[in-house]
Amino acid sequence: MVSMISQLAQGFVLTAEVFALTLIFAMPLGMIIAFGRMSKNVILRTFVKAYISIMRGTPLMLQILVVYFGPFYVFDIKMGTGYRFPAVIIAFVINYAAYFAEIYRAGIESIPLGQYEAAEVLGYSKSQTFFKIILPQVIKRVLPPVTNETITLVKDTSLAFTISLAEMFTVAKQIGAAQTSIMPLMAAGVFYYVFNLLVATVMEFIEKKLSYYR
Amino acid sequence: MKLLEINHLRKNFGELAVLKDISLSVEEGEVVSIIGPSGSGKSTLLRCATMLETMDGGDLVYMGETAAAGDPCIYAPKKQLKKIKKCFGLVFQSFHLFPHYTVMKNIIDAPVSVEKVSKKEAQERALKLLKQLGLEDKADSYPHQLSGGQQQRVSIARALALQPKILFFDEPTSALDPELTIEVLKVIKELAKEHMTMIIVTHEMQFAKEVSDRIIFMEQGVIQEQGTPEEIFASENSRVREFIGKMNT
Repeated sequence: MVSMISQLAQGFVLTAEVFALTLIFAMPLGMIIAFGRMSKNVILRTFVKAYISIMRGTPLMLQILVVYFGPFYVFDIKMGTGYRFPAVIIAFVINYAAYFAEIYRAGIESIPLGQYEAAEVLGYSKSQTFFKIILPQVIKRVLPPVTNETITLVKDTSLAFTISLAEMFTVAKQIGAAQTSIMPLMAAGVFYYVFNLLVATVMEFIEKKLSYYR
Repeated sequence: MKLLEINHLRKNFGELAVLKDISLSVEEGEVVSIIGPSGSGKSTLLRCATMLETMDGGDLVYMGETAAAGDPCIYAPKKQLKKIKKCFGLVFQSFHLFPHYTVMKNIIDAPVSVEKVSKKEAQERALKLLKQLGLEDKADSYPHQLSGGQQQRVSIARALALQPKILFFDEPTSALDPELTIEVLKVIKELAKEHMTMIIVTHEMQFAKEVSDRIIFMEQGVIQEQGTPEEIFASENSRVREFIGKMNT
């Protein structure tokens, strides 16, 4: 029992890494993609739209497999097992950035035009307007959907089992199969749940912090 | 001294000619009201003058500095426009205060981060303005905690903090109930007494009559008539009489 927990905990470290790295890269990347999606350049906009459509329209599990096996099947490049972790991160980041981009776009487009016009008449530059006036309001508005995505991400990390990355879910499945017991999976479930409880609490705290204005 | 000069302004939205050959000049210290039915182009004129809309043709000159000229219209380089934009301020119908900033920050942020005024000086100026507008106890409030009338007064303070030469108002009381309208109009009247140059688009006829040096009546994209309040209110023009008559009943 104790050894099972400690093995799961080791797997959990990897789970947490996938979670954190995905957020760190996908959140800013999503902003860049959102700008591409709203670009006046038709080619860029169409390209980004197609990218988002594919990312949202195909299973993340499939995307992980494509990123992991793609280099070998398409380009005949052998990446070795060391590529597992980077492959998972790449797949998660490009997938989640697409979702974040759409959330950001909705947030940015929900800010009334009057805010931009007021800023323009007051002499703010374009970048001052975005960073001082628009972005803070966007952050407040997108927080609830971003919380949703973040919670989904915690659970989605388990998809890394597809390419046998030794994160918590993969470990739980292996122990469960070896011991013919459901307990490791139940214990993993508790890990996920507690982690998400923590995520939700942190996000709720940030939301409260931002509730000083409407 | 002429602060603003507009010559032969023309503006289309697609096929629709919204402004047709508008010419208008405003002297320092003058208070000009623009009245007229909805869709007459009053707000578009204001938006062209404040460069929120681009003109299709005509000249726009602030204090001798040309912002745009010709037909089709060619605008001055960005740098010069930026300088010219400091001449004027604009008060919107629905305030457009920044909701995440306190009243104080709403007023001082543009002077500090755009004009590079020291924070201390900007705050002193802001406090003076707040006192003048009867809002001295609201400096630390957020816009959503204020009434519409208070929000509009804050937005007037925000515009005044940049010390514009001309202040434009785009239907400043249309989003307010009658009681709040009075408190905002009072503030504008005070500014008129101090000879602030103002151009006001409004539906408040009595107010326009009291506060203006000149009233402009617009309809269908042209200036139908302009003159002193006495002249306009005694106009022979049947459309002007009809409009004013309707608004007064």
